[in-house]
Amino acid sequence: MSAKVALRCQGLTKRYGDLVAVNGIDLEVRAGECFGLLGPNGAGKTTTVEIFEGLLPADEGSVEVLGMRWDRDERRIRERIGIQLQETQLSEKLSVIETLTLFRSFYPRGHDPEAVLRMVGLEEKRKVWVRKLSGGQRQRLSVACALASDPDVLFFDEPTTGLDPQSRRQLWEILSSFRSEGKTVLLTTHYMDEAERLCDRVAIIDHGKIIALDTPARLIASLGAEHVVEFETERPAELDPIRTLPGVGAVHTEDGVISLTVREVHRAVPSLLAELQRQGVLLTSLATHHASLEDVFVSLTGRHLRD
Amino acid sequence: MRTSPIGQLSLCKIREFLREPEAVFWVFVFPILMTLALGIAFRSKGPDVLVVGVQEGAGAEEALAALRGVSALQAELVDPETARHRLREGKVALVVIPGDPLVLWLDPARPESRPARLEVDNAFQRAAGRQDPRSVETREIHERGSRYIDFLLPGLLGMNLMGTGMWGIGFSIVSARMRNLLKRLVATPMRKRDYLLGQLVGRTVFLFLEVGVLLGFAGVVFDVPIRGSFFALGLVSVIGAMSFAGLGLLVASRARTMEGVSGLMNAVMLPMWILSGTFFSTSRFPDVMQPVVQALPLTAINDALRAVMIDGAPFVSVVPDVAIAAGWGAAAFAGALYLFRWR
Repeated sequence: MSAKVALRCQGLTKRYGDLVAVNGIDLEVRAGECFGLLGPNGAGKTTTVEIFEGLLPADEGSVEVLGMRWDRDERRIRERIGIQLQETQLSEKLSVIETLTLFRSFYPRGHDPEAVLRMVGLEEKRKVWVRKLSGGQRQRLSVACALASDPDVLFFDEPTTGLDPQSRRQLWEILSSFRSEGKTVLLTTHYMDEAERLCDRVAIIDHGKIIALDTPARLIASLGAEHVVEFETERPAELDPIRTLPGVGAVHTEDGVISLTVREVHRAVPSLLAELQRQGVLLTSLATHHASLEDVFVSLTGRHLRD
Repeated sequence: MRTSPIGQLSLCKIREFLREPEAVFWVFVFPILMTLALGIAFRSKGPDVLVVGVQEGAGAEEALAALRGVSALQAELVDPETARHRLREGKVALVVIPGDPLVLWLDPARPESRPARLEVDNAFQRAAGRQDPRSVETREIHERGSRYIDFLLPGLLGMNLMGTGMWGIGFSIVSARMRNLLKRLVATPMRKRDYLLGQLVGRTVFLFLEVGVLLGFAGVVFDVPIRGSFFALGLVSVIGAMSFAGLGLLVASRARTMEGVSGLMNAVMLPMWILSGTFFSTSRFPDVMQPVVQALPLTAINDALRAVMIDGAPFVSVVPDVAIAAGWGAAAFAGALYLFRWR
């Protein structure tokens, strides 16, 4: 059944003193889906995931994992999920295969450790100590530990943060092949390209709340425009006349950069140039790109995601 | 072993330990160096020779001649100024001032003054022709087991069981907590109890190496005897090691930094180094302190190790001591399981 729900939470709230880290989140992740939580650092993504992982108790709200609840079925849930935490350092002086064998021993069923090493492309490093692995290799080992039990649901928290482009692509391939087996993935990231590429659906989180939730394509389409024009001027331009130019959707300003969402670049740009000339304002930069989830975030919050 | 969580956790614990050169040094090499240094410093010497001075002047030569016949004395001629100086510094036990009467110049507060006075007095009386009405002979005993090194070694062994148990477990746990590794482990179905037990089991395995190396060294170099059975010695060591490993778990159960855990470790271990009869007998402490001193796990283990090694006691007779240590260990383990901070 394709509509079966793997993860569900309702009214999820978590406070740290006065800070509300998660503020009433409702979410349903379908079985077989790759679901992304996208948002800036401190938005509440990790807190949300760790509540799903049973590592943090929620202050309010309910959580279901594979139809089970943490207070009743902790062990059964643990046996069926795989977790990759942000910033875990595995033991430096154990080898790759020793680490994986240790993790495998905690699960009643799962893959052979050697097979998992092949999945993540670490079979040549099997006897190498963790200390001697590169950042990307360590991350793949961390993913391998999450895969050791052949889980039904995988949680990845910022899996590619700090990795070089090649290591990122390797991780994306591992995730894609896991998904092709019909397994569920909940992923947090602050890279919009990662979310666009991997996720079936994305929830954009800011200040502990979901501010948008849909497929990446539909979120981008909701901008009402496929392109973004960004420019800077020598002195501030009047924005009101620019808003009414043909084909221009939303207008945002951040740090002196004005960005317009536009449907047709070839019509919007000449009229923009004409308007700026009329105002007597000189351009200092001008760039256009295809609209991305980043632009969706900007249009919703007025801020950039940033690293 | 390959699929049992406790087996894997213990195995990884042992591997991590053996791959840490510093840990290997402190557990295996350091106790040997310490035994060597203390064994040499406190080696058994022949009976002490007492140095006495004879002040220059009339009759000095006769006095010297009388004293040179006594093997326990070494006499030397000194001028009055030097005599005062040497006496003050304790370089001579007493100074003989020849004349009539003969004067023995000494500091009554020094322990060597007394035997020196007796020997010197005897020497002069015999030289003057005294006949002893009764003949007295002495017989000497030189037995292994009564030397300081024989007393010291079980204490060093006990201290090492404590140090390894606490540092070896405490540091690795706090380091795993700091690196988020504990949090990663509890995200698996691993049983928390298994993790803590794995630490204890892993620690106990290299215990045998540690005890064997130290006892072997002391046996070969200092001829330290093991009078009791290896079974009793092994059992006391294992229970001692587990007990201190339990205390190590408890001390590390909440600390988040190396500084924090080091401070706690020292707060627990330093009093026991002094109070628990490692370097000198616990009987030197006053009676009011004895209930505390005797209740300490290191005192119990040291007493049990000495009883087995020196007196050849069977295991049954050290059960009360071992029970004290086991009680500490069990309570600490339960406390650790309850208090442990996994993230």
